[in-house]
This record gives sequence, structure tokens and C-alpha cells, in this order.
Amino acid sequence: MIKEYRSVSSVSGPLLVVEGVSGVKYAELVEIRLPSGERRRGQVLEVNRDRALVQVFEGTRGIDVPKAGVRFLGRGIELAVSEEMLGRVFDGLGAPRDGGPPIIPKQRLDINGAPINPCAREYPNEFIQTGISAIDGLNTLVRGQKLPIFSGTGLPHNRLAAQIARQAKVLGKEERFAVVFAAMGITFEEAQFFIDDFTRSGALSRTVLFLNLADEPAIERIATPRTALTCAEYLAFELGMHVLVILTDMTNYCEALREISAARKEVPGRRGYPGYLYTDLASIYERCGRIKDRTGSITMIPILTMPEDDKTHPIPDLTGYITEGQIILSRAMHLKNIAPPIDVLPSLSRLKDKGIGAGKTREDHADLFNQLYACYARGKEAEELQVILGEAALTELDRLYIDFARTFERRYIAQGEYENRSIETTLNLGWELLSVFPKSELKRVRPALLEKYYPK
Amino acid sequence: MSENQEIKEKRTQSEVGMIVKVSGPLVVAKGMAGSKMFDMVRVSEQRLLGEIIGLAGDEAAIQVYEETAGIGPGEPVFPSHEPLSVELGPGLIESIYDGVQRPLDVVRSVAGDFISRGVEVPGLNRDRKWYFKPIVKAGDEVEPGDVIGEVEETTLIRHRIMVPPGVGGELVEIREGEWTINDTIAVLRTRDRTVNLTMMQRWPVRVPRPVKERLAPNMPLLTGQRVIDSFFPVAKGGTACVPGPFGSGKTVIQHQLAKWADAEVVIFVGCGERGNEMTDVLLEFPKLEDPRSGEPLMKRTVLIANTSNMPVAAREASVYTAVTIGEYFRDMGYAVALQADSTSRWAEAMREISGRLEEMPGEEGYPAYLAGRIAEFYERAGRVRCLGRYQGREQEGSLTVIGSVSPPGGDLNDPVVQATLRVVKVFWSLEDKLAFARHFPAISWLRSYSLYAESLAPVMDRLAGAGYGANCREALAILQREAELEEVVRLVGKDTLGGNERLILEVARSIREDFLHQNAFDPVDSFSSLKKQALILEMILRFYHGARQALERGDDINRIEKLPVREKIARMKFLEESELENRFKEIEAELEAELKGAA
Repeated sequence: MIKEYRSVSSVSGPLLVVEGVSGVKYAELVEIRLPSGERRRGQVLEVNRDRALVQVFEGTRGIDVPKAGVRFLGRGIELAVSEEMLGRVFDGLGAPRDGGPPIIPKQRLDINGAPINPCAREYPNEFIQTGISAIDGLNTLVRGQKLPIFSGTGLPHNRLAAQIARQAKVLGKEERFAVVFAAMGITFEEAQFFIDDFTRSGALSRTVLFLNLADEPAIERIATPRTALTCAEYLAFELGMHVLVILTDMTNYCEALREISAARKEVPGRRGYPGYLYTDLASIYERCGRIKDRTGSITMIPILTMPEDDKTHPIPDLTGYITEGQIILSRAMHLKNIAPPIDVLPSLSRLKDKGIGAGKTREDHADLFNQLYACYARGKEAEELQVILGEAALTELDRLYIDFARTFERRYIAQGEYENRSIETTLNLGWELLSVFPKSELKRVRPALLEKYYPK
Repeated sequence: MSENQEIKEKRTQSEVGMIVKVSGPLVVAKGMAGSKMFDMVRVSEQRLLGEIIGLAGDEAAIQVYEETAGIGPGEPVFPSHEPLSVELGPGLIESIYDGVQRPLDVVRSVAGDFISRGVEVPGLNRDRKWYFKPIVKAGDEVEPGDVIGEVEETTLIRHRIMVPPGVGGELVEIREGEWTINDTIAVLRTRDRTVNLTMMQRWPVRVPRPVKERLAPNMPLLTGQRVIDSFFPVAKGGTACVPGPFGSGKTVIQHQLAKWADAEVVIFVGCGERGNEMTDVLLEFPKLEDPRSGEPLMKRTVLIANTSNMPVAAREASVYTAVTIGEYFRDMGYAVALQADSTSRWAEAMREISGRLEEMPGEEGYPAYLAGRIAEFYERAGRVRCLGRYQGREQEGSLTVIGSVSPPGGDLNDPVVQATLRVVKVFWSLEDKLAFARHFPAISWLRSYSLYAESLAPVMDRLAGAGYGANCREALAILQREAELEEVVRLVGKDTLGGNERLILEVARSIREDFLHQNAFDPVDSFSSLKKQALILEMILRFYHGARQALERGDDINRIEKLPVREKIARMKFLEESELENRFKEIEAELEAELKGAA
């Protein structure tokens, strides 16, 4: 029999203080019973002698200090997992919200997981073809990678994520593939967009959705990505599936974390976010990867909207330090009607070098993308010069670079939402665009490859 | 309460503390009166490793190196009355440790693919036998630090077994043969007792190991990276920092240095960084060959991996663990390079613990002692005269420390960057603008500096050939001039520039693209010997001087810009070292002929 405490002494924001407790453990799951019979869930954030500090996932509204009953359940937050989860919709803590029956658990797993031993990791090096040139050609995604999309309000990041989920595949392999989708604080409409898109492409039956929408308890968002990743780990490392995890929107998650931190009166770091934001984000992002001698993998695409499109804001900044690259969407390109509006210069995939080349994509891939990048960067620089000085001040070569940059944006990047390009197509297109330059300008390509692939 | 019970109670109280508070990685326990600051403790029946970081009355604040979920008040804390220490001896090389020296491969075989709690494994293998070959004999007088014998630890490292600091006297006995690190290999008679020596020493991580004397650095740590060796060299025993925003290539530079630096032992700490990056190092280093010996690089490397999702307190300890191991190899007379990636994560770990202790914060929430801790850490680098003797002679060792810093938003006003810049002598400033243009390594030639450049110049000239230092300085001056000219071009356009100025822009571009740009993933270009660096730079400057003379003779800059030989100069960096000198002569001849061409 678990003891029920009626000794809540104070409530502040999402936090409760319970006095006179004994035997309470750090990070333990808590159940709060209201006089109306409603039950809420919480977690112990700190325990100091006989006082326990509890964060309440569903918020503290309506909690009456003398009447609330608090029970400490003696275990952490767990998720019941089984293969039956595929095709189902859950709330942020893993309870079904699609009206279906509860999951009959194969296992109950702590949602905080445990860090993968670096010695047990397999290095991600399997090329994933997303069918999107700006990603495949220049910011290649590999299995087991975490590659976030840095976006802004009103930019089509959801469409891009859906396109990746729809088109992603590993060449020449038939394997079990699943999508785990975690929504944190996004609107019903946005969530519905994904559900509709998954339904249309037939992916819904191999998708697990965890939804915490904008009007739902903010503190539950702290648990949502962890719940989703626990499910993903089960599918990947126990059942051997290749799992693509989409987390959207991480900005809302971080705001929930800030709320808790503020309520605890912690010393804030930058912009009021807690000093441990990096560590906290890492405990989410680092759960992706591959493990030696296990078939499955977790590839992660977190989406975050940068406040004021500012890349140096703590959320994108700390994310960028943990993830293996980033895909950045640009408002300027979006306005120019380039879809997807991927700003390739600041975008980066750190793991591409091991995922491309002979036997994976093609031997010329590395040199080709270095060259495309360099030429495009120079074209953009010349374009800026042109704005300041006017056309006349440019050399012939500068004009050539500007033309290249424009064609590159129009043909290479702007491929639209429904074109699925093979890697061959992407690479050949790159060479075709580069052929406006004389060979001597293409210094980033090794001579032998230049001879072989430069269009005659 | 009977008397007996009372005595028993008292005894347990004096030996075992009790938890009163748990807040993340911080645990407070009472009944800890006998313990000292920085003593190690075991927390709860699960025996989680922790360290005392604050004492008030009989209450101790403890940072716990493992996840504390499920721990609560009332549970016991077991003091050890020993500071957090590392084990030093044969078996360190080729190991991969977490922040508190648990070998991760052993942890994996004990606990599986995920790191679970309370795994107790020693830092050094107790069962493995090493062949110990004495170099002194019984009857010899030895002092602290004296090398008494050697163990061939790997094909690259001869592990010198030393008399531990603080012990000296007459050797009564010394035993050649196959021993484990716990076996007695020598017996020493000091003034008042006999001491059994083993191949293992223990040393507290927060205390620097003693040396005879500290010396000023006088040799370069050659890295094979052109921008570093030629423009901003670091000395053996020096300190350097690499700050830069994410995506600017910090980690690639750190990996390149770990691979190619001409140190005898390399210690690489992944401190709060990505798991996959450590895996990359783990998989790649055993395959990569040391350009000097041809042996796998792993055979001279110690890895410490405390990735960002591993417990934050162990991250705080990881840099100390690393630097202590570094000092140990330095004491043998080796040149050691330590790379820490990234010290910002270490500082953040300090900030997190400090916040939980409710200390008054300094800048940006960092503790007020941040700058002090950073300075202390870098001060452990240096070139030293080691304690003791090796084969009768005193020796010198060095420990070079290179830390990367990850400032938020790439902003160099960050307290960690500022505190670091105050102590380090070399600053490699990474710029994302260069990274976007795929100019790697993205080290800015305008903002970086090396305070060793001057003192190392004579040695560099001796190693690379006379005139090298002067060439480096001239090349840097050309790049400076380019930056000024760019301003002009931005205002009035390129056409207004005269031939000489356009030549400067062309040569600067050549220095940037053909010399500074270096592809870490190209098998040939990844490492550039000092000789190769000197030859490429020499050729670019010959073109510059030749072209200037041609312009004076009335030649056309448009023709000079397009000389066919320039492409050959651009490809020099892809030449194998063996064909370099011959090709240099060919290109030299072509250059002369082409410059004469029209004149």
C-alpha cells in the first residue's frame, strides 16, 4: 500500500512542495489526486530531508493545497512498449489518445534511457537517399545521424520533414523502416498535416505518434521527446527496425524547461534558459545512433524554429553543438519561391564524409560538393558586390559566378516538394552546372576526377 | 538504548554518512565529519562514485559521477578518505576511459551496450602481464622519479617505470620478468622502512605531479597543418586554444592534431561532445599510420570519452584525469600532447554543479572561480626537467595542452573564451565565414596569433631551411594587405586597382587557396611535412617576386594572372613527398620561362 500525503505546503507555477515525506527518491514518479477524482502525474525534482519538490506535468491549475493527495509511486516514469504501437497515436506520456485499447506491454522502459557506451557505437556511414539534391548532394544524411532543421516561423519546415519521411531510403536494401513522430506544443493543424501526409503515403501503419499539442499541458513536453525516444529505442535496438525520429518543435520543449527552471528560481544562463540546457538537450539528441551487432538504427530530425531567425539564440546554438550538422532554411530564399528554401552555405552534415564516395554514392561526390560549395559561395559574394557597386564594377569571371549561383538555386536547390531525385541525377546535375566554368577554375576537384566527370 | 547498541551506532555513524538531499548530480549527506574536501565517496547501496566538493559542519556536498535517479534521503554514503585518483602504469596506452578512468570497453563487457550505474572496474587491467626489464641494479641508490626499468607497452611506447614521487633510498632487490601491475618488481629501503614497488602508481587528479624545474618551451610541436606550423605554431609544452562557432571545424582540427602532431604520446579528451565523434576516433586511430614510424596511431594514444549525455560531474573530472595521465608520461621524458574538446562543456559542468550548490554566480551564471580553474588547468602544461634520472641522465619532458572552446553563438566575449585567452599563448580563431566557403581549416589568418612564433623562428629556419621564417612573415603581410585592398575594392571596384595591387590580390588568393586550404580527408593533403610547406610557400612567393619584376618591365597583369604554371602551383599540395623536389624544379623552370614569355 502506497502512502498518500496530504501535506502539500505550497504551489508555485508547475511545482508543488510536499512536506513530511519519507523514503522519497530523486526522479520518482508522483501521482496527484484532486478532490474531483482527477489524477495528475508529476516527477520529483529535488528531495531535501522531508521536503519533496514535484513538477506536475499537467500543470497545477485547480490544485487545492489542503485537499490534494500525493502518492510517490516508487519508480521512474515508464513507457509500456510493444510492436503494437505502430500505427497508433499517444499523448506525451505514452497514454493512447486515438480511442484505441491500451498497449499490452512487452516491456516497461524508463523513459530517461541510459547513455550508449561510446565503445558500443557503430559509426554511422550508410547513405540515406532523401531524394532532395540540397541534402543528398551537399548535406548528406546517414543512418544514425541527428540532423536538425533550423527554421523560422512561417517557413515550410514541416513540408521538408514530411518529404524526407516520405522519400528516405537506403539504396539497394529492403529493411524494416518506422517513423516515430513527437509533437511538442505544435498546433492541431500542423499535427494533422503530418498525419494526413503519412496517411496519403501509406506510412501511417509504420508510424508511432506522440502528440502534445499547443493547448495541452506545457510541462508534459519535458517528457514527450523522451517517451518517443524510448519507443524508438525499443523498435530499433530490440526489434531491429530502422527508425526515423522527427521531433517538432524543440523550441517549445526548451521553453517548458525554462518555465520549470524559473519556477525553481535557478540561476539562469543565457536568455533565461537554465545553465544545464546543453546537457539536457544532449540527453535527448544523443539517444540516436547505431550499436554494434544490432541491426536497427535511430536517425533523428529535430525541428526547431529560431526566434527571430537568429542562429545564435541559445536553442539553435546549443543544438548545433550537439547534433551532427544542421539544415538551415532561409527566409530570403523562401520569398524568392525556392522550395525547399535550404540555405546551403551555413547548412552542414558532419557525417557526410563517411557516407559518400565510391561504393556508397560515387567517387567524385566529395570533390564535387566542395567545388559546388566554393563556386556558390563565390557567386553569392560577387552578388553582394554587385549590389554595392553595380554591374559595371564586376569582372567577367565575377559575372560568370553570379550566373552560376542563380542557376544553381533555381535548378539544384529549388526542386519542389514532390520531385524525388536519385543520387545519380543529383550528382550529374552538379557537373552540368559546373560546366560553365573552365577546368582551371575547378581547383577543388582532383585532376583525375576532373578528367573523368567534367562534361565533354 | 543499551551501551552496546550505542557504541555500534556511534561507529556506523562515524564510518557511514546518510543522505539528506538529492538534487540532480548533487547529493548532500550528514555524518561526514571525518571526511576531507575532494575525498571520494560511494553513494547508496548501489555504490555510485562521488566526490566531496563542499563541507559544512558534518554535512558534505557530493558531486556524483553517475545518474542519481532513484536515490533518496536516508540512504548511506560510504567515505573512502582518499582523494579522487587515477591509476598510472602499463596499460594506459590504447585505452578508452570515461571521465573517472573506467575503461569503457570493460564497462561494456560487464554492463552491456548502455552504461548502467554502479559499475566498479579498475582503470588498469589487473591480470595482464608485462615484461619488466630493469635498467638499474640492486644496491643502487634511487631518488623519486628515477627510471628503474622499462616495459614495452606498445610498439611505439616504451613505458618507463619510475620510482614514485616522495620515495627514495637504496634498492634492495629488483626483479626482471613477467609481472602484473600489482606484483612487486623492486624493494626499496628508505631511511626508516622498506617499500615494495609495483609498476602502478596512484595520483590524485587535482594535484599537479612534481617536477624538478620548469623550463621555457623551445621546440615546435609540428602538426603537418600548414596554417598552424607556418603561421601560428605551438611549442612543445605550450598552450593553445581553438574557439569557434559550431560547424567551423573545431573537432576536425583537434582530430588532425591528435593524428599528426609529432608528440610521442597523445591524450585526447572528448569532454561533453558527441558520441559518434568518439566512435570515429576509436575506429579510425587503429587504422591510421603514424607518418614517422608507420605504426598505428592508436599505439601512442589514450582516449577519454565523457560524451554529452554521460553524467555531467564525470565530465568535470575528465580533464583532470587526462592532464594527470599526461603529466605521468611527461615525467618519463616524453613529449605529450593533450587535446581537450571542448573545455566549454567542462566549464558548463562546473556551472551546473555550482548552481546546484547555490553559490553566488559570476558572469553568465558561471562560478566566480571559473577563470582560476581554467588558469590552473592550462598551467599544468609546460616543458620541464623531470624528477629523477633515466640511464644516469636528467631528462626533459613536455606536456602541450590544446583546448577547444565552444562559445555560444561564436561570440568571443564569452567568459570561458576570455578566461582561456588570458592564459594560453596561441589562439587559432575559427571563422564560420571561412567554413561556409569551405575554406578548411577555417583558421582566420587575420585574427589568430602565436606568441611562440618569434621564439621558435630560429628553430623553424633550421628545420625547414633558411628563409622560411621570412617567407611566412611575407605571406602574412600579403594577406594583411589583401584585407586592406578588399576594403578598397568594395568601395570602388577592382578595375581601379593598379597592376601591383591586382597582383597582391592574386597572390593572396593563391596563398589562401593553394597553401592555407588543406583537405583533412585527402590522403596526401591531410599531412604536410615542414619541408613541403616551405617549398609550396617558396614557389608562391617566387611567382609573386617574378611577376612583380615582369610588371615593372611592362608586362600585362591580365596575362600574368592566367599563366598556365599557376595551376601547377595550385596542385603542389597534392604531390607525394617523394616526388616533391623534382616537381619543384620543373615548376620552377616553367615559371621562369612563362614569366619571360612576353617580355
